[in-house]
Amino acid sequence: MQPSHQDTVGRFFYADSPRLGRHTIESKRNVTTGNHAQRDDVRVVMDAGDIARALTRIAHEIVERNKGVKDLALVGIRTGGVHLAHRLAKRIQNIEGAQIPIGELDITLYRDDLALRKNQPVLRKTSVPFDMADKVVVLVDDVLFTGRTIRAAMDGLMDFGRPGEIQLAVLVDRGHRQLPIKANYIGKNLPTSREEKVQVLLEEGGEDDRVVIFKA
Amino acid sequence: MSLKRKDLLSLASLSVDEIALILETADSFKEVTGREIKKVPALRGKTVVNLFFEPSTRTRTSFELAAKRLSADVINFSPSSSSVVKGETLLDTARNIEAMQADIIVLRHSSAGAAETLARGVKSSVINAGDGWHEHPTQALLDLYTIRGRGMGFGGLRVAIVGDVSHSRVARSNIYALTKLGADVRLVGPPTMMPWGVEKLGVKVYSDMDEGLRGVNVIMMLRLQLERQGRALFPTIREYARLYGLTAERVKLADTGAIVMHPGPINRGVEIAPDVADSLSSVILDQVANGVAVRMGILYLMSEAG
Repeated sequence: MQPSHQDTVGRFFYADSPRLGRHTIESKRNVTTGNHAQRDDVRVVMDAGDIARALTRIAHEIVERNKGVKDLALVGIRTGGVHLAHRLAKRIQNIEGAQIPIGELDITLYRDDLALRKNQPVLRKTSVPFDMADKVVVLVDDVLFTGRTIRAAMDGLMDFGRPGEIQLAVLVDRGHRQLPIKANYIGKNLPTSREEKVQVLLEEGGEDDRVVIFKA
Repeated sequence: MSLKRKDLLSLASLSVDEIALILETADSFKEVTGREIKKVPALRGKTVVNLFFEPSTRTRTSFELAAKRLSADVINFSPSSSSVVKGETLLDTARNIEAMQADIIVLRHSSAGAAETLARGVKSSVINAGDGWHEHPTQALLDLYTIRGRGMGFGGLRVAIVGDVSHSRVARSNIYALTKLGADVRLVGPPTMMPWGVEKLGVKVYSDMDEGLRGVNVIMMLRLQLERQGRALFPTIREYARLYGLTAERVKLADTGAIVMHPGPINRGVEIAPDVADSLSSVILDQVANGVAVRMGILYLMSEAG
């Protein structure tokens, strides 16, 4: 079963433990929301064309900023980020004609709220099949929210070696950071309220490509 | 899903889904043990106490390594160096450990049911690391993980468990686990080493080893407990080795591609011939390596906030 990728505020998980409040990282896992498509308050903020164009632009920006693809690697954060990393790699290959290594990162074990959880999240595969040393690693995620996922991802990445540089690419930046983290490449800046949810739905997850926003 | 239980005491009480979850979780930790930095912060701030009332190197070291790779604090508690010799009961010892805020207690004890007694008496999670002749669940889980890692499915898998089944907690846990998963389990050994009525668990018993090994996919050898040799379960070690020792010739009776397992420590030349133990079909060292990953998975699943 493919879990839907989605971004949720912490209290969604911790209804039974209010004191935990916001000290949680945004999570894209273990959430079943029912069929949001049938709700009337769901708004599509990016369609397939918007996503494709945003990714093409990000691919060009990555190549431009790094003056080519030498020592470049992409690491997607499970699950949405992994799909996006593969799409970016394909575009970069079209631009530069070179294949770049791709890694997949599951950040569960690095979550800052792990010790507080009632139920441990199901772990998924991490694989970084290249030497990280001195590489420019572009972390790829679907939605940038509190920044806690990215903090966890950077800690996880460091355990594979010492990258020369870490950059961050996200499809949507929805604001509300709780850590001093900033993306280098952004598909769309999306002003949101904390109570809203942003979901990136992708073909790889069995959906039509789109980004939706709705009230929790 | 998650493991909705405070303690891990036996395979008899685990569901097929729970077994599957543990094996899947172990996959993630297997990947961690292959990294340059073999440590993740998942159990930072948690305390794991290894409470071992019986000597053990492999299991204790494996649990210790697993806990350390999860960044937990680990304390090893063994009876010779503790107040047990001064007459303290198991429960009192455990309550003292608990008062020091232990989150998980890993217990090895010579009495069957010790882990369950402890689990009822303390709030900490209890993991049974072997209780008397009863069960050794983490060993069975790592055995399952090793079989699965060789690309074998459990449904219809033919497994021969060979040796002193009566006195083996490893055998008991594996019988529960494998029959639950749909494997075809055979027990091979002299009648003196077979528990009464074991067929009720859905296994076949063979006293002729050659017959028992024919066509099996997995040969699971048990350690001959030489310390029990005085009990007249068989006349001499040589006779046992001749009748129930695994030789290269006997391995040929099994299916091609069959694997040979042993929970260790092995008695070379008794239950297993040295060339078999070192052969390509032997997965004995894989079992040890997988043990750390499986135990990391179990500690992770047991560490849910209470």
